[in-house]
Amino acid sequence: MTEREEDKLAGKKAEEFLQVFKKGAEFTQDLLKENERLRYRLLQLEEGVRGESGGAEDSETVRMRLRIEELERQKDEILGRIKQVEAENHDFANRYIDIENENNMLANLYIASYQLHSTLDFREVLQVITEIVINLIGAEEFAIMLLDEKTNKLQAVVAEGLDQREIPSVGIGDGIIGQMAKTGENYFIDDMEGYVRDFGHPLVCIPLKIKEHVIGVIVIYKLLVQKSRFAEVDFELFTLLAGHAATAIFSSKLYSESERKLSTIQGFLDLLTK
Amino acid sequence: MSTYKILIVEDSPTMRQLIVFALKRIRGLTIVEANDGVDGLKKLSADRFDLILTDINMPIMDGLKLVSLVRNDPNYKAVPIVIITTEGASEDRERALALGANDYITKPIQTTQILDVAKRLLNITI
Repeated sequence: MTEREEDKLAGKKAEEFLQVFKKGAEFTQDLLKENERLRYRLLQLEEGVRGESGGAEDSETVRMRLRIEELERQKDEILGRIKQVEAENHDFANRYIDIENENNMLANLYIASYQLHSTLDFREVLQVITEIVINLIGAEEFAIMLLDEKTNKLQAVVAEGLDQREIPSVGIGDGIIGQMAKTGENYFIDDMEGYVRDFGHPLVCIPLKIKEHVIGVIVIYKLLVQKSRFAEVDFELFTLLAGHAATAIFSSKLYSESERKLSTIQGFLDLLTK
Repeated sequence: MSTYKILIVEDSPTMRQLIVFALKRIRGLTIVEANDGVDGLKKLSADRFDLILTDINMPIMDGLKLVSLVRNDPNYKAVPIVIITTEGASEDRERALALGANDYITKPIQTTQILDVAKRLLNITI
């Protein structure tokens, strides 16, 4: 091959190489463009996905937060209601105890009153008073003293736990018992602890009154061992005894006298009509 | 509804009335009253009772003697007995319980106290 031919062949090869190179450069350019486009698209898609998922999370969080707030409010309301119900329960329990005490007191008063007026027999009336003082009040040593209108002195007609003969008669206005009979006021000793029986100075002295007229007294010297102090019901019973025992005693006395007089008159009539 | 029969042995009409008043809050209850231990035994032999409430100090036969007789009789030995008394000393209580009493209440009584003891011994929950 000649030098000219060689030059021509080399130029042709260079031309071909240049063509291939140009095509390679164009292809690379296309690849770079496609790469750029795909990356852009990927970025777009990523942002789209991130945007979509980010928005959904926010609304769910808000919904959940609102729900939590609602539940918290409901919980506080329920806790408040529970506290209120507990307070009401406590109040009801206290009221129940009060009502039971009241019921007990009324039962005692009703029964005492019922029994006091269940008979017109003088001795039975005294027996009922004795039962009330022992069983409902809880006294162990006591006496019922009635006013003798002839001597104007209080005389023991019943003694429980004591020898009746030992109990001295008391003039109206004399000592504590006489003073209470005079004024019609109830007497309760200040301090029951360490009390030693003194007939002139009882634990309790209750005048038996019909309106303001005193017909006798109940004097208590000792309570049952299990009874350390007076309860509210005892003061109510003393008040009841002060009035109802007096009328029951007075009525039974009148009835006994009228029965006796009726019997005497009947005797006379029988004599006259025979 | 269950029916219960209770025997009250007590010489004081005032106390009997108070006990009856307290127990009447139990529904379906029949109450029989006796004046003393002998009267109580008579009434006990004539019927079946679920509970006996008795005083101690009574004429003719006292409550402790009644408890002793009831506990030694196979027919009534299982019947619960409650003593209601003025005797508040611990030795009195111990003596009554040793004889076979199921409970011991001292006077003066609270109506609720009687009711609670009766309900407990009759197994009434309401």
